[in-house]
Amino acid sequence: MTTALELHLVNKIYPPPTTVTALRDVSLVVRTGETVAITGPSGAGKTTLLSILGTLERPTSGAVRIAGTDTTDLSDPDLAGVRAWHLGFVFQQFFLLDHLSVLDNVATGLLYRGVPAATRRARAGEVLERVGLSGRLRHRPAQLSGGERQRVAIARALVGQPAVLLADEPTGNLDSATGQEIAALLAGLGGSTTVVLITHNMEVAATMARQVQLRDGRILDTADAP
Amino acid sequence: MKAATRLRAGDAVAVSTAGLRARRLRAALSALGVAIAIAALVAVLGVAESSKAELLDQLGRQGNLLTVATGKTFGGDPAPLPATAPAMIRRIPPVRSVTAVGNVEGVTVRRSAAVPSQQTGGITVLAAQPSLVDVLAVPLARGAFLPHPAFPEVVLGDATARILGIGAIDAQTQVYLGGTYFTVVGILAPTPVAPEIDTAALISYDVADELFQLQGRSSRVYLRVDPDQVADVAAVLAFTAAPQDPRSVEVGRPSDLLLARIAAKGAFVGLFLGLGSIALLVAGVGIANIMVISVLERRAEIGLRRALGARRRDVAVQFLLESALLTTAGGVLGVALGCLATAVAAHLAGNPVAIPVVAPIAGLAAALAVGALAGCYPALRAARLPPADALRTP
Ligand SMILES: Nc1ncnc2c1ncn2[C@@H]1O[C@H](COP(=O)(O)OP(=O)(O)O)[C@@H](O)[C@H]1O
Ligand SMILES: [Mg+2]
Repeated sequence: MTTALELHLVNKIYPPPTTVTALRDVSLVVRTGETVAITGPSGAGKTTLLSILGTLERPTSGAVRIAGTDTTDLSDPDLAGVRAWHLGFVFQQFFLLDHLSVLDNVATGLLYRGVPAATRRARAGEVLERVGLSGRLRHRPAQLSGGERQRVAIARALVGQPAVLLADEPTGNLDSATGQEIAALLAGLGGSTTVVLITHNMEVAATMARQVQLRDGRILDTADAP
Repeated sequence: MKAATRLRAGDAVAVSTAGLRARRLRAALSALGVAIAIAALVAVLGVAESSKAELLDQLGRQGNLLTVATGKTFGGDPAPLPATAPAMIRRIPPVRSVTAVGNVEGVTVRRSAAVPSQQTGGITVLAAQPSLVDVLAVPLARGAFLPHPAFPEVVLGDATARILGIGAIDAQTQVYLGGTYFTVVGILAPTPVAPEIDTAALISYDVADELFQLQGRSSRVYLRVDPDQVADVAAVLAFTAAPQDPRSVEVGRPSDLLLARIAAKGAFVGLFLGLGSIALLVAGVGIANIMVISVLERRAEIGLRRALGARRRDVAVQFLLESALLTTAGGVLGVALGCLATAVAAHLAGNPVAIPVVAPIAGLAAALAVGALAGCYPALRAARLPPADALRTP
């Protein structure tokens, strides 16, 4: 089993004036193809943990390894490269670009790899079919339901076939039935894609193979699903 | 691990244009500000150049014109030039042609006898020779130049005709000049080199001698000189005209007047260019303001793009390009408007349309520079935004 993500004794202290310690000595290993739910109450440090896993934020101390590479000494362009080629993100607020069509929103997932526009669109069309939105290519995000928007965001994260997908409360803005569908979609990626999903919904967390609980910046215990 | 990111140039432009299209009205309005400023700058340069072209053209033609005029005596009256002056001047070898005018003192010109004599309107009566038209190279706007020297006929300067309210002339057009009705036989075109002719009523020497006892005297002599020897001739003119009292005459080079007018225009151009630049500066501040607002509004988009693999540099380029595209669009529109305004203004003034090549180029360059400058700070702000913070935007 190879390791997809590894945190070693990560601390995150936000600088003054707040000086909040968001993560304390967090160590975590996520194996390739594994699906992991990170749960915990609001303010526990879940988003901070995901940002650090996604190289969007640097830890105050400790090491972050992605696909075996230590990211501590990587420059901004190098980290951007890691995100462009190895990571996909899904957010609670979807973050779709209102002025672009569904197809172009998904194609944007390949924009910073330097892929030509025609190829981007072709791949976007394929992945939109996979998430069941092939009839919506020309629509604007505003014309879609919440669940459909999140499917577009997931398609955008998957269009580059990243090794790791990081999702921060992807069901947070959805009703529970739709949320379960989205969770199932993400859980189904396991095996080929490593999925780390943040949620405080236990049903959603249960769709992942492993659950990690975070309290006040500390990992409580790790329970492997049967 | 493969990790090189790159954003294609074409994609960068597409991203920025899409960003502008998403805020169409705002983009159009802020580009309009730049367009107006650039149009003003181009029009100032164009209008100035068009009228300067006209003046320079005249300067080229009038550079070899000299005048000799009487100075003032102790009494304050202009003493006539010695009777021999025109003939003596004609004898200087580089002098090509000479013409003289004589000031007819104490004679007024009015539309009719019914107009009180106090209302002279600043018109002077001059006796003129037929050669005046050629020497001054002044065309007649209407009619002919004193075709019958023995008859009471008058030719009006451009300003004189306007003062008297005479536009068109026919055989019945007359003015009341020194107690006699004179037929207006011609109106001169404007003479920028000899403003005194503009405000004169010109009659023949024959009539002036007969009716007003001028005795053939001259008060001013105009002469054309070999263009290479203007200074040499000017140096000896006073002595030649009045050997007994050279200091009683004034030698002038009317083209100096044109030079002064060109210089005055230059000063005005400087002033208007300054005002235009301030307008451009204000437009630039407006663009910077719009771009800063845009960055604040689009924190989430910035965070998302960073998550998708945009480098700080890509984000900076996106906003810098937006700003530059905005002002360049404004610049293109402004140059077009400015050229149009120049053409209209030149047409109205009867000048040739002469838009200096630098005007549109400088206009576009200025627009681009303003866009780049105005976009710098917002672009830097956008690039410096930590991605995790940007994504915490609700
Ligand atoms: N940029 C920041 N500056 C200061 N404190 C922050 C910042 N981001 C998060 N925090 C704090 O860190 C703690 C963990 O936040 P977060 O990771 O968002 O928790 P969660 O996602 O579990 O709700 C909270 O107390 C929060 O207020
Ligand atoms: Mg959170």
